[in-house]
Amino acid sequence: MSAKVATPNPSRKLFSSRFAAIVVWTITVIWTIPTVGLFVTSFKSDKDILGQAWWVSLLHPHFTLANYRGVFLGNGTQSLSNGVLPYFINSIVITLPATIFPVVIATMAAYALAWIKFRGSEFLFFSIFALQVVPLQMSLVPLLLLFTGGAHIGHIAIFPALGIAGKFAGIWVPHTMFALPLAIYLLHNFIASLPRDLMEAAHVDGANHFKVFRMIVLPLAIPGIAALAIFQFLWVWNDLLVALTFASGTEEVAPINSKLASLVGQYGSGYTSLSAGAFITISIPLVVFFSLQRYFVRGLLAGSVK
Amino acid sequence: MSDFISTTVPKFTSVFVAIAIFFAIIAALFAIAGRVDGKKSRPVALTIFLAPALVLLLAGLVIPAIRTIVFSFMNPDSNGWVGLANYSWMARDPGVRVIMVNTILWIIVVPLFTAALALLLAVMLDRIKRESIPKSLLFMPMAISFVGASIIFKFVYEYREPGQVQIGLLSSIVHFLGGTPQNWMLSKPLNTFLLMIIYIWTQMGFGMVILSAAIKAVPADIVEASALDGASGWRLFRNITFPMVKSTFIVVLATGVVGALKVFDIVRTMTGGNFSTNVLANEMYSQVFVQFDQGKGSALAVVLFLLVTPILIYNIRSLRKERTYA
Repeated sequence: MSAKVATPNPSRKLFSSRFAAIVVWTITVIWTIPTVGLFVTSFKSDKDILGQAWWVSLLHPHFTLANYRGVFLGNGTQSLSNGVLPYFINSIVITLPATIFPVVIATMAAYALAWIKFRGSEFLFFSIFALQVVPLQMSLVPLLLLFTGGAHIGHIAIFPALGIAGKFAGIWVPHTMFALPLAIYLLHNFIASLPRDLMEAAHVDGANHFKVFRMIVLPLAIPGIAALAIFQFLWVWNDLLVALTFASGTEEVAPINSKLASLVGQYGSGYTSLSAGAFITISIPLVVFFSLQRYFVRGLLAGSVK
Repeated sequence: MSDFISTTVPKFTSVFVAIAIFFAIIAALFAIAGRVDGKKSRPVALTIFLAPALVLLLAGLVIPAIRTIVFSFMNPDSNGWVGLANYSWMARDPGVRVIMVNTILWIIVVPLFTAALALLLAVMLDRIKRESIPKSLLFMPMAISFVGASIIFKFVYEYREPGQVQIGLLSSIVHFLGGTPQNWMLSKPLNTFLLMIIYIWTQMGFGMVILSAAIKAVPADIVEASALDGASGWRLFRNITFPMVKSTFIVVLATGVVGALKVFDIVRTMTGGNFSTNVLANEMYSQVFVQFDQGKGSALAVVLFLLVTPILIYNIRSLRKERTYA
């Protein structure tokens, strides 16, 4: 068996390892350069951005933090009078509940679908799975109408006007709804693979479903739940469509990503605020990504590779 | 500053209150329902665990989707029937034809290119030492929003008039190679492909990571056995490795199609759908929220849905197959 260790995988003879390294690193550099360009640009003064390409600036460093100060706290221009800080806070305020709510609700549903068998549970699971690919666009308008006007049959209200449109709750709820199909599917894969003996032993000991869920399923499903939570966090932070539809573009509720999108369209906001604003927006997802990458990858794999 | 504090504190309070109420409700439900004994305990547990998700899915996805289909046969304000008018508008309107062509280009070019590049990198990564650094750098753009990615590429595609310093990477490279830089976002049909690059840039890492995992999962003895039979190089890849990762490759392709269909942020941020770059998802948004025509917007959403249906059916079939084996 020791020969096995010594024999290199023959499929690897397709090309030499040096060739592979050159290709991989070349593409990696190409892939990384655009982000580096934005990062360098965001530290340049307005005059420098237009007068000198960013890779030239690297040779003649002359950098400033003024862009960040201006974008964060406001630079007096009409589009950025108070800066992006309020929007940044809105993003946090939107993202936390919009991550916690669907993850908790999906964990409960996934447990029921995996471990409380009932007639039609298979069909229900397939239906939820199928909902994953339904475009959000299919539900935007009716959902917005539901939030503003409720639902009626004739004159009888079957669903009250919630009055949450344009408030934070009006963004949490659609994000929660839209996240559920993928979340339930991913967590179902995870929770269904927990050992059956463990569940049965607990039931024999007299534990009911609530106790089994709390004492056995939750602790064991933590890796899956963490992966999903990271995924959902990035999704909500980076979302534009739901934000544009359900949050008015105001400082009161709009997230930073939609503020950034609106800066692009405005003349005069300039390259300084655009580059620094973009970097502020992507900084949080990048930190989350690099620090929790392992869990994130595990979650992706649970969902797509069997 | 005090102004800032007086608006920020209530925002955070609302988050904590909302989360606290949410968990309080769940704890209360668990406590009450946990007391139910005997025959009723199972249906009660089932309801508590499943009902919140089902109510949200029905109210948020199923019923709205049905209403969108209904709206697509109605006028802009959804208060009178117009039959198939919104659909025949789509068939006739030359602007919509451009949108359809672009959308089809997106769903063909983007998935194929993304999946092919992802597979190439996954195979090569398997071959090198210290793969974790390039892997995470290639995967990184996935954490960046489409809006952020668009701004990153706005600087790459930046064009200045002749005589001025070219500060965009693309213009500079073209200039360096002896070509004439142009206003890239205005040059049809190149601009659509430049927008696709942004999408591919963000999403390729996803395919690479899952394909790389699939390649590592190919059992070593199968590869060795066929190597003993004389297979090597390209033949080994084609006959052994690729068939083993084919299902993952199809997952990457399908994810690419669904994602490319829904692409909206990139087009909206880069060109606003102008200069013949518009796609279905962006047009749907502008019909509803700029033109205030819910009828046409809904009809476009229905077309979007019809385009994903084959993938939906395929997904269900393969999940079924997998479950019968399990």
